[in-house]
Order: sequence, then C-alpha cells, then structure tokens
Amino acid sequence: MSTRSSTLTGRIMSAPSIIALFLWMIVPLGMTIYFSFLRYNLLSPGMEEWVGTLNYEFFLTDPAFFASLANTLLLVGSVLVITVVGGVLLGLMLDQPIFGRGILRLLVIAPFFIMPTVNALVWKNLLMHPVSGMFAWIANSLGFQSIDWFSEAPLTAIIIMVSWQWLPFAVLILLTALQSLDRDQKEAAQMDGAGPVSIFFYITLPHLSRAITVVVLIETIFLLTVFAEIFVTTGGGPGLATTNIAFLVYTQALLQYDVGGASAGGIVAVVLANIVAIFLIRLIGKNLDR
Amino acid sequence: MENKQTPLGHIGFSIFAWIVGLLIFFPIFWMVLTSFKTELEAVSMPPSFISFDWTLENYAEVQARSDYFRFAMNSVILSVGSTLVGLLFAVPCAWAMAFNPTKRTKDALLWMLSTKMMPPVGVLVPIYLVFRDWGLLDTRFGLIMVLFLMNLPIMVWMLYTYFKEIPSDILEAARMDGATLPKEIIFVLLPMAVPGIASTMLLNIILAWNEAFWTLNLTTADAAPLTAFIASYSSPEGLFWSKLSAASTLAVAPILIIGWFSQKQLVRGLTFGAVK
Amino acid sequence: MGAIRLEKVKKTFGTLDVIPGVDLDINDGEFVVFVGPSGCGKSTLLRLIAGLEDVTDGKILINGTDVANEAPAKRGLSMVFQSYALYPHMTVYNNIAFGLKMAGESKAVIDEKVQNAAKILNLTDYLERRPGALSGGQRQRVAIGRAIVRNPAAFLFDEPLSNLDAALRVNMRLEITGLHQELKTTMIYVTHDQVEAMTMADKIVVLQAGRVEQVGKPMDLYNNPANKFVAGFIGSPKMNFIGGDYAKKHDCHEIGIRPEHVAVSTESGDLPATVKIAEHLGAETYLHVNAEGFGPMTVRATGEVPLGEHDKIWLTPEQDRIHRFDANGIALGKL
Repeated sequence: MSTRSSTLTGRIMSAPSIIALFLWMIVPLGMTIYFSFLRYNLLSPGMEEWVGTLNYEFFLTDPAFFASLANTLLLVGSVLVITVVGGVLLGLMLDQPIFGRGILRLLVIAPFFIMPTVNALVWKNLLMHPVSGMFAWIANSLGFQSIDWFSEAPLTAIIIMVSWQWLPFAVLILLTALQSLDRDQKEAAQMDGAGPVSIFFYITLPHLSRAITVVVLIETIFLLTVFAEIFVTTGGGPGLATTNIAFLVYTQALLQYDVGGASAGGIVAVVLANIVAIFLIRLIGKNLDR
Repeated sequence: MENKQTPLGHIGFSIFAWIVGLLIFFPIFWMVLTSFKTELEAVSMPPSFISFDWTLENYAEVQARSDYFRFAMNSVILSVGSTLVGLLFAVPCAWAMAFNPTKRTKDALLWMLSTKMMPPVGVLVPIYLVFRDWGLLDTRFGLIMVLFLMNLPIMVWMLYTYFKEIPSDILEAARMDGATLPKEIIFVLLPMAVPGIASTMLLNIILAWNEAFWTLNLTTADAAPLTAFIASYSSPEGLFWSKLSAASTLAVAPILIIGWFSQKQLVRGLTFGAVK
Repeated sequence: MGAIRLEKVKKTFGTLDVIPGVDLDINDGEFVVFVGPSGCGKSTLLRLIAGLEDVTDGKILINGTDVANEAPAKRGLSMVFQSYALYPHMTVYNNIAFGLKMAGESKAVIDEKVQNAAKILNLTDYLERRPGALSGGQRQRVAIGRAIVRNPAAFLFDEPLSNLDAALRVNMRLEITGLHQELKTTMIYVTHDQVEAMTMADKIVVLQAGRVEQVGKPMDLYNNPANKFVAGFIGSPKMNFIGGDYAKKHDCHEIGIRPEHVAVSTESGDLPATVKIAEHLGAETYLHVNAEGFGPMTVRATGEVPLGEHDKIWLTPEQDRIHRFDANGIALGKL
C-alpha cells in the first residue's frame, strides 16, 4: 500500500495539523506553568517575581479550593449517576417498539443541542423561578411551598440543568450500543430459560459496560469544566456554593486579576483532567487496534 | 423479546414512553411557547398553555432593540469559519493517517485526542493575555482560530474513521488505472468520502455554535456570538422572559434541526469512534 | 508484448523477509498461476510486479526494461482485484472508462474501446448501472472489462474467483480461460485453489514462505513433483505419504502415492486396511481408510463402490506411480 513516495507525502500532509495542535497545547500550557511560579497580578504589571511553589501552596490550602473541589466532585458525580442510570433506562425504553419512535427519539435527544447559556437561563427563569416559574406553580398546586432554587439549593439546580443537557448524550450512546447487541444472544438466553431481568443483568449490561465506560470517561472530561451555566446563573454563588474548579480559576484570573494564582489553579485542573484522560486514551487506543 | 408484547401492552408502553419523552422535551416546548406570549402573560400565574394572546412582538423586538441579527451572523461566521479552516487542516491529515500509516500514526492520533481533553481553563490565562497583547480580543479571526483548534482533534478523528472505511483496494485500482495522487483524491476518494466529510462538518458546526467558554471570555461586542448574547440576559432590567424565549428559540432552532439529522455522526464523533 | 522477468526479487517488511529472493521467467502470452497456501507470498509477489509495493531489492523486467522504480500506471499492467474494487459512485461505463480518462484519451476513442470491451464481456446492457446494482459475476466482468480496455502488456489477477459461489466459479474459470485464448495476452493469476491452477495455467509457480518450490507445466508438477510440499499441494485429494518398512522396500525415507493410483480389492493386495469413512459421489468413491501399521490413507475408486465402515480391504499402489522422497522431503528419481 505505501510506497516510498507516499510516506513522505503523508508526513507533509499531517504536519500542519500536528504542528498547530502542538502550538495550541504546549505553548499556552508552558506559559501557564511558568506563570504559576510567579507572583503576577494584572493590576500591577511589570512587577512579577518568582515565588516558586507559593501559588500552589496558597491555592491548595485556600478553603475556596476545597469548597470548589467538593463542588466539582459533587457536580460531576451526580451528573454521571443521573445520566448513566437515566441513559440506560431511556435507552432500554427506546429500544422497544413504540408508536412514533423516531419522533420520540428526537424529543429525547433535543436537550443536547441547546446551547448552555440558553439551557441555564430557561431553567433559571421559566422553570425554577420561585414565583412565576413552572416548578413553583406545580408545587403550589400540590400544596407545597415553592423552592427558591438558587438560594436554597443552587448546586442542585446546576446539577439538574447539566444532567438534563447531558442525558441525551448518554441515551444516544447507550442506545447505539444496545442496538448493536445481537438478537441471537438474547434468543439463545431465552432458549436457556432466562427471563427479562436475568437477560438484562447477564447479557445486556455486560455488553453495555464498554459503552458505559466511554460515556463516563467522556462526560467526566467535559463536566470537569462546566462553566457557562454557572457564569450565567449564579456567578459561583451564593458565596462559593456553586463554584467549581474551572469557575474558581476564572474568578481568580479575570475578576481578581491574580494571574499567578489562577495559573496554579489551572494546572491543578489540568492534572485532574489528565488522570481521567489517561484511562480514556487507553480505552480508545485498544479500540484502534480492533 | 419484542415479540412477546401484547397489543395492549404495546399501547400502554407507548403511552408511558411518550409521557417520559414529552417531560424531557418540556423545557424546550415551554421556552418556545413563552416566546409567543406578552411579557406580562409570561410571568403570570397560573401559567397558560394555549389560551392566551399569541403574539410575535417579541421576535420583532429582539431584532430591533438588540440587533439580534448581528449576533446570529457572528455565530454563523464563527461556526462555519472554524469548520472550513478545520477541514483544510483535517482532511489532508486524516488522509495521511488513514492511507499512509506509519508506526507513529496511532500515537499521533491518540495524542491529538488528548489535547481535546485538556480543560480550557488550564490555558485561559495565557490565551487571554496573548489575545490581549496581539489585539485578538473580540475579533472574529481570533475566535475562529480558537474554535478551530479546539475541534481539530475531533475533525481529524472523525475523518480518519470515515476514510478507513473506504476500501484501500479501490484506491489501488485507481492507481493501476493511471491516476496520479491528486487525481486519485479528486476522482475517487473525495466522492466516496463526501458523506463522511459532510457529517464531520455538521458536527463541527454544532460544537462551534454551542461553545460557551471561549466565546464568553474572549468577546465583548464585535465578535460576540449568540452564546454571549443570551448570556447578557442573565442580568437584565424589567420583564424579559418572553424576549429571552424568543431570542433563545431563534438561537437554538438551526442547531436543533441540524442535530436531529446528524445523530449517528454525533455518536461517532463524540466517542472518538469507541462506540459504533 | 508481455514478457516479464523477475531477478532476485526480494521483499522485506520490517525485519521479516517475506520474499527472500525470487527468480522467474514469464513468456509473452503465457498464463502463469502463482499458487500456494495462505501467507506464502503469492499476492505480495503479484503486487510487487504491479507496483503497488516497492521491492526491497532485485529487478522486475517488463519486455527488457527494469520497472522496479516505476509507478504502477507506468508499467502498462492491469489488475483485477479479489474484491473487484469497482468505483461505487461511477456507472459501469465510467468504471471501465476511468483508466482511459486518466490516460487523456479523447471521448470518441474512449467510447469505442468501452463499447468493445462491453461486447466481449456481455456488459452492454449494464453500462448505465452502478456497481451496487450488479450481481457478483457481473461485477467481476466489469473489473475484467476495466482491465482489458487499457490494452495492457499483462493482466494480473488477484484471487478473482474467491468471492463467488461454487457454481459461478466454474463458469468464470471457463470465461477467463476463453478470454486468454482470444486475447493471447500474458496473464498472471494468483490463487490458493490448486484446481484453478491445474485447469487454467500454462505454467504453475508453487510458492511456500516466499520461496519458489517448483515451476512447471501442470502435468509436470502432477507427475514429477520436486518435493513433498509440491506433491502434497497439487492434486486433490492429497497424496498419501507412507514411511516405515514399505518405504524402505523402495529404498527411501517416505513414498508418496496419489489416491487415484491405488487399486482397491476385497481379496488381496500389498497393504491391508479397514474402511473408516466412505464418501459416495456417484462418479467416484473416496475411501478414508486405516492402513494397518501405516495410519490413515485416502483412496479413490471410480464409480459406485459398495464399501462402508469396518469393511476390510486390500490396497495395491501402482508401482510406476510411486514417488520416492528422502528425509528432507526432496524427490528422488524412480527406481
């Protein structure tokens, strides 16, 4: 297939992309690492000085960091659970014959295509507003007090929004995986006397395990950096209640102008993401060999 | 298992499934409905579902007062622009990796993917500073570059999987038939790859249109796309729900439609081929 | 003119010597078959001749000129792929015309040549169809048409019949042989099926692990195999090999005798044996027996033979059909 001449052509053709991505990733990352060792504030430029690991110490011992770390883990964890469980259930549901299944599928998939800012504001105002929102009306009709989501349970509100947005992603992936399950396997199991529940646990779920892993890994990568929803609804508050690591870094960089500190925080975020990325890359790499 | 359902069970299950589906879709439905209400109507309790005065005034206002059109144009320019630039880089790269693989190809592909997994916040600071110092802040060019780079790995990856599905012996047959490399690509490869390229373009347009980190942080007025425009409704004055709904409906409609047509491609692109 | 010569052609993939070194002469107009088990390098050799792979060392001479560094298109060869490799987005007409289009021929010339090829291959009614709408046999013909139309110095076939069902395979075998008789162009044909090799070839090249085991006319290979490998590969069912005392009687390490050269008797003979499985095909009967002291053997009898499991029989190999092999598997002459 490859003859001498085309290997060289191949290298030339892939070079621009590789170089572009290299510059995009390595150079800024390098700068971030460099900044993280400086005391650098945008309000007093030109007065940077080397402080070694001071920024990291401040960042990692800052109670704000722990709060944001907790929020991040809570946010990511909750959304994962909701979307994976919901995704499996909805996937199973959509795998059955239903009248108008095609259209139903479109309805279920839709939330994923809504831009995050719209998502956030529609939920915050039209649905969750304690006076005129939909939820308020439902609660009042049932005789309950309406919840002021963004004062009483802000993180929960964010979790609900983000889950709603990512549920279709999980459904799509898991449904695709479900539909790739050989009918033959299920039929063989039926011949062996297995009921629907056994079939689910012994055949369906193991088959889905790979897809679930992919969903978990990919969602984690993207959920670690949830930003727009927080930016547009709570601004991280009240207090630090909805600040995750991404937002914390943002506030330090562009609101407090503390470049040094923000850089250290950014590196922490990168390290966290890398841990997950390693697993995902290995999984995909194995798939490449198939 | 399908054949065990009774007709009654079928209907019952369908009803159940539709209820679930409609519940999930409800926020979108409600948003669109609200866009046709007056502001007073929008905040009134109990909320009205059908019997209210339907009006188009919000849509008119959104354009007249806040120049919605400009933001929409920016969204279009940014998504289409970054997609075209991306194709320029990604098509040759994916071609090379699919048809002239070397020992390093697999590693290069995986490395490219890993750049996508880096949290943007990790490079927010240097990118912001570089943009500021080079006058790229709030420019369409700057944003196109950023969006292009963010999605390049996915584009390369998707094109790679599509190219790999083209049987190599068809390309060899073209070679035996006397086609030089450019002719081989133009007459044989590209026509066969058109569906794959189209899917990649659609996916990229969706991702770029909805991108809400860099578009929020690197733009203010000139280059701001719809994501930023909608974000400005987060601290408004007075009643704004209907206008927000109208603006949002307009903002999401195109992508919703595109997305509905490209579900399969979405799965392939966003799972990096790990799920077929 | 399609004389091809390979001189010390070598191909290495990484550290693996897939083809250690091949010398071969192919005369103009010959139908040469490369045959051998999977992985023996026959397809690789074909692709080296075609120019789809580069030789690591050696010369490939087409009509006297070394083309080892030339691109495939410049070598003046045509190839028919195992999967036909038709362009799915083009009509049959355009598929066949593509090579001529690449060569810059005028529309008139292209049309004439395509119509001509279509007539030879019975494709005239299908010219406007896409490959997706054709049957396997029709696609095969389009692939051949595409190859014919460029008037090559030689045709290269890479296991073209493997994807067809058994009945179609027999038909296409005859068609390709007929084509060769008509066009008289050199044809190099790769297959793992020794039946195709025996029926179609002027000359067979038997390959194993990248090495040429033997080159010769089909009947030469059948009657005078150079070693155990060729003896066992050519001819179906496989040749029986017997060692031990019987071989010593013939002054060698092992003898080989083809199933069709063993006489079967229920009364007397050289070797006693018991039938394990009898396959009745009507025109012939294959008896898979256990020869006492020597192990399993296969014997072929003409017509219907009323023998079955557990029957005791006697086998007598035809003396002048016995092949003798030394301890290294090399053939020794007749006694």
